[in-house]
Amino acid sequence: MDKRAMIGARIAKELKDGDYVNLGIGLPTEAANHIPPGVHVIFQSENGVMGVGPAPAEGSEDQDMINAGGGFITTVPGASYFDSATSFGIIRGGHLDITVLGALQVDQHGNLANWMIPGKIIPGMGGAMDLVTGAKKVIVAMEHCDKRGNPKILKECTLPLTAKGKVSLIISDLAVIEVTPHGLLLQEVSEGYTVEDVIKATEADLTIPGHLR
Amino acid sequence: MFKQITATEAAAMITPHDRVAIGGFLAVGAPESIIDALVAAGTKDLHIIVIASDWENRGIGKLVVNHQIKSAQVSHTGTNKEIQNQMNSGEISVELVPQGTLMERCRAFGMGLGGILTPTGIGTVVEEGKQIINLDGEDYILETAIPSDFALIRAWKADRRGNLIYSKTARNSNPIMAMMGKITIAEVDEIVETGELDPEHIVTPGVFVNYICLSKEANNG
Repeated sequence: MDKRAMIGARIAKELKDGDYVNLGIGLPTEAANHIPPGVHVIFQSENGVMGVGPAPAEGSEDQDMINAGGGFITTVPGASYFDSATSFGIIRGGHLDITVLGALQVDQHGNLANWMIPGKIIPGMGGAMDLVTGAKKVIVAMEHCDKRGNPKILKECTLPLTAKGKVSLIISDLAVIEVTPHGLLLQEVSEGYTVEDVIKATEADLTIPGHLR
Repeated sequence: MFKQITATEAAAMITPHDRVAIGGFLAVGAPESIIDALVAAGTKDLHIIVIASDWENRGIGKLVVNHQIKSAQVSHTGTNKEIQNQMNSGEISVELVPQGTLMERCRAFGMGLGGILTPTGIGTVVEEGKQIINLDGEDYILETAIPSDFALIRAWKADRRGNLIYSKTARNSNPIMAMMGKITIAEVDEIVETGELDPEHIVTPGVFVNYICLSKEANNG
């Protein structure tokens, strides 16, 4: 299994039957391909639909049916459409069980930075700030280090924040890490890696539970 | 009651420095016929309120490429390189607004409210220079209503009373912006007879709609 599929499969384990879930653009959408049979998750897209289904077959795209990334979608039976204010009311109002987003940086206080690099890219926060602020559970899904191999899990984020203290779980290619009031708790180490590998690739302080030592 | 006009007549009402809210999400649900007419009219120095700056050849991206926008309130510009260039050169000044906050600020104006209180943006650059209000131990940012002179929206069908229904995810910001225009112009695929739309299914009541034009995308001219 490649890295992305592996992360997607691990995210999917967090999604329970009946959950309302928003998957961010990119890596988080991988999770939709790994939902176990019998588990029914209802996917929201923040442009105004609950009950997103698989991508349409080529040639049967509907120009009025897209997700927040601009990709064509289908809907599942029981889906609903709504305006953008309602959509963000669902998000901000705490009606969404889980949101999964990518990150540029995340820190041991649960702070997330994923929307801009000053002087480089300023695309705008889109819906990210509302999603991270409002969802009941915020999962960050990302590669553990950046393209140059630098840690992305830090003591303190240095990039402008998306939201403060809202992240509850980090799922990477190396590990699963829980954000607790006392800092970061290593929960799982991916196959083929050691606890030492994870510590080395993480700038933030990590608590290592007994069973992983 | 609304008056039926053409997209060209709609565009002709808009003058330089007007504040114009435009519906759509990544150009889906954008009033393309009115935008094209606005490009043809060449009206400059517009202030645009929109979810995203769309693509260079679709949605409000066409107004950017034609250098008609002076400033914008928008949540995302990442799909449009030209607006990034004009932001960097200082030609366009952009206020980036979280999407949920943008929608509530638009809705507030249409609903006669001065603003809203939101937790979104607390602890980020979004709170800078704004009033923070603590209620029961939670911090909220006071975000003011966004005024607009015009709202240009896209709907699927209108009836003769101006009641509107929308198509799938092309609904997005349109029903919200419909309420915020001092003048609201809806571009629709079809105008049906009064009574053909079930009152239970109306999304935007006709009271919000001043003008309607038919979309050229629907081959209505």
